[in-house]
Amino acid sequence: MHRVIKPLIFLLCLLPLVLLSINFYLDELGANPFEVLTRSTGEWTLRFLLLTLAMTPLRQLTGSAWPLRMRRMLGLFSFFYVCVHLSTYLVLDHFFDWDEIIKDIIKRPYITFGMLAFTLLIPLAITSTNKMMKRLGRRWKSLHKLVYLIAILGVLHFLLLVKADLREPIIYALILLVLLAARLKPTLLKKHSFNPN
Amino acid sequence: MLIKQANDILSSEITDQSVYEERRRFMTSSIGLAVAASLLPIQSSVAGYGGKPLTFNKNSQFDTSEDLTSYDKITNYNNFYEFGTDKYTPAKNAQALTTDPWSVQIEGEVEKPGLLHMEDILKQHAIEERIYRLRCVERWSMVIPWLGFPLAKLIKQVKPTSKAKYVQFETLHRPSEMNGQKRAVLDWPYIEGLRIDEAMNPLTILAVGLYGEVMPKQNGAPLRLVVPWKYGYKSIKSIVKIRFTDKEPVSSWTKVAPNEYGFYSNVNPDVDHPRWSQSKERRIGDFLKRDTLPFNGYAEQVASLYHGMDLKKYY
Ligand code: HEM
Repeated sequence: MHRVIKPLIFLLCLLPLVLLSINFYLDELGANPFEVLTRSTGEWTLRFLLLTLAMTPLRQLTGSAWPLRMRRMLGLFSFFYVCVHLSTYLVLDHFFDWDEIIKDIIKRPYITFGMLAFTLLIPLAITSTNKMMKRLGRRWKSLHKLVYLIAILGVLHFLLLVKADLREPIIYALILLVLLAARLKPTLLKKHSFNPN
Repeated sequence: MLIKQANDILSSEITDQSVYEERRRFMTSSIGLAVAASLLPIQSSVAGYGGKPLTFNKNSQFDTSEDLTSYDKITNYNNFYEFGTDKYTPAKNAQALTTDPWSVQIEGEVEKPGLLHMEDILKQHAIEERIYRLRCVERWSMVIPWLGFPLAKLIKQVKPTSKAKYVQFETLHRPSEMNGQKRAVLDWPYIEGLRIDEAMNPLTILAVGLYGEVMPKQNGAPLRLVVPWKYGYKSIKSIVKIRFTDKEPVSSWTKVAPNEYGFYSNVNPDVDHPRWSQSKERRIGDFLKRDTLPFNGYAEQVASLYHGMDLKKYY
């Protein structure tokens, strides 16, 4: 069963980029297609991050193990989309003008946060293999807790870049809050069970 | 695509961009013809305000040789928060707006306050075509053939008093037709302002159309300001009130973020928006960004207005 589902989900995860590319090619992305490329890949980065974070609570809710089997793939897709997202920024926004890019990273908080989130994702992507997992042992788990910080930085990045309409980034912030809260609850429960009374 | 949505205009009636540009090229291809053309009034193909077509002349003094942005892009990529905060929905949502009848309230420090009816405004002022660059604060730009007349003409007509140091403009507030006004994203109604000498500058126009046709609703029908050396949000749309005052108006975007959007908002590559650099811009349709010019390339005409002012302070 999983042999079918996992490849299917893999293809599904590629679909946003495929549709974006097709519509770009067909000139169906409106008057400013380059802006759409950056924004859309940014949103998909954040969506995959949140989807990744949703797998553990989903496992607890359903009791099924398959969400955990999807988790690594979803996380890697988030990294994949942020790479495309970053490329559109380097090429379309600055066309490899490194002086400008470095100035931007230092001066603009939303770029600083985005860049920080991207940088922190790199070690997670590198250590996502089974081999690395074994090699790092318990440290792997601590390292991958960084994903919470990355998601927070991603939402902050979004909140800081909008002009006046905060509705969309706030929706993402609320989803993240729920996902983080879902993690606090089990430990609270555990503490209760250790309680003598 | 917009053309289909504008239910009062048949797509067959809209001047096709290629035809339009052909007509432009033809008319400017020799000086003799250009002079002849500038003397001949041109009519819009579609009836506009009060059922009459717009009649206009070309003002080549303000022409530019740069490629025009297509009609399709100008009318489907609009920052008009009254109809939604993204740039794609106004083309659809703005069609709900009633623009006829329309009038503009003149008030404050003027000898002749009162209501100006749109049909009288159109009767009293010769409409001319001017091709201007438009630079948005979000780092994109367009080249737009506006139809309009100098704001100075209207100002002279209403006779400001000596106390009139500033002009404040107000957009219609009608949430029943402007669905974006149902949420307090901005403090409605939208307010913008100019210093009186900026308002009197020959470059400043009140626009009533573009591409030889009546103003599409999403572009600020029926009457909007165009101040080509300032960021786009200064060029307030769908104006219903013009007030002459002795105090500097507080514009809507300044209220949202005073450190990001100042009163002057002159296009300036050397003064960054706090969250992004303004040194470059993407001309809609271009792959690579181009350098942004001081005063959006109109320094020769307007830089003297700011003589001796620190433009980093008065951004
Ligand atoms: C995990 C990392 C990141 C996430 C989750 C993320 C997410 C997002 C989101 C959600 C948007 C807004 C999309 C919209 O407006 O609909 C966005 C826009 C943007 N991001 Fe990122 N991003 C990340 C990393 C980066 C990096 C590393 C850079 C560049 C150094 C960057 C540059 C931008 C730019 C330039 C925009 C567009 C801003 C605009 O249109 O004004 N992002 N990103």
